[in-house]
Amino acid sequence: MKKIGVLRFPGTNCDRDIIQAVNESGGVGEYLWYQDRVDINQYDGFILPGGFSYGDYLRSGALAAQAPVMDDIREAASKGMPIMGICNGFQILCEAGLLPGALMRNTSSRFIDKWVDLEMISPHQFFGGQRISKGEVVHFPIAHADGRYYIDERELNGLHDNEQVWLTYKDNPNGSVANIAGVKNKEGNVGGMMPHPERALFEWMGGSEGLMIFL
Amino acid sequence: MIKVAVKILPRPEVLDTQGRAVSEILNKQGHELHQCQVGRYVVLEMEESSKDEALKKAKAMAEKVLHNPLIEVFEAEVL
Repeated sequence: MKKIGVLRFPGTNCDRDIIQAVNESGGVGEYLWYQDRVDINQYDGFILPGGFSYGDYLRSGALAAQAPVMDDIREAASKGMPIMGICNGFQILCEAGLLPGALMRNTSSRFIDKWVDLEMISPHQFFGGQRISKGEVVHFPIAHADGRYYIDERELNGLHDNEQVWLTYKDNPNGSVANIAGVKNKEGNVGGMMPHPERALFEWMGGSEGLMIFL
Repeated sequence: MIKVAVKILPRPEVLDTQGRAVSEILNKQGHELHQCQVGRYVVLEMEESSKDEALKKAKAMAEKVLHNPLIEVFEAEVL
């Protein structure tokens, strides 16, 4: 049974959904507070949920990336532990320098809330890796204003060469470079995605493929 | 007290959605703009012995937190 630490910052939401997703998948989710230090050896992995940490002040995720708990997340990342950021969690991991690139305001300048089709480009070694294969298309909701993934051309080539692109949009909703919806670090243990798999756990929610990410 | 201002602007090659929206409005009002960039202006007040030291510290804060080098550029000056 996997024990997953779920981080909470001021302005985090979807944290309860993530705990439920982890529990539904047979793991145990436990909340972690942003101002506390964490004994990373007590956990098998970490998830940074979505939301609007610090009200998106300065830049989305910029202030949360400086929180004390992030020093422990950095250590966990360097030790190869599985870490996933969803939506605002993705923004935080980028701002913390644990993932390449940045997330900017959608090209349309609008908040977009809808279901999208995503193609699995390179599975994460832990989150969904056993369940969703390369080339498979999954259906998850997105809900963000700052979801336009940006990276310069040189670094983008590096992402492709190292198989760091995790998921892409079939129909790009926000102007992301190369339709990118999710990326991984070079080592492949840290991943971030804008879509919300925790909002796609059961058919009554509109789809249940998100559960596979947490298995 | 020494005040240092940090001016942060989006990199020119990056789409600046705020600047685009503002310039659309200004153009509709008859102002002919080539471009409009919207950034952020941060004033830091510090108890430092010298202006050089204050500027150095402000630049370090801008590097680490206030700006994201991938998408923004910054300038710092003592006020």
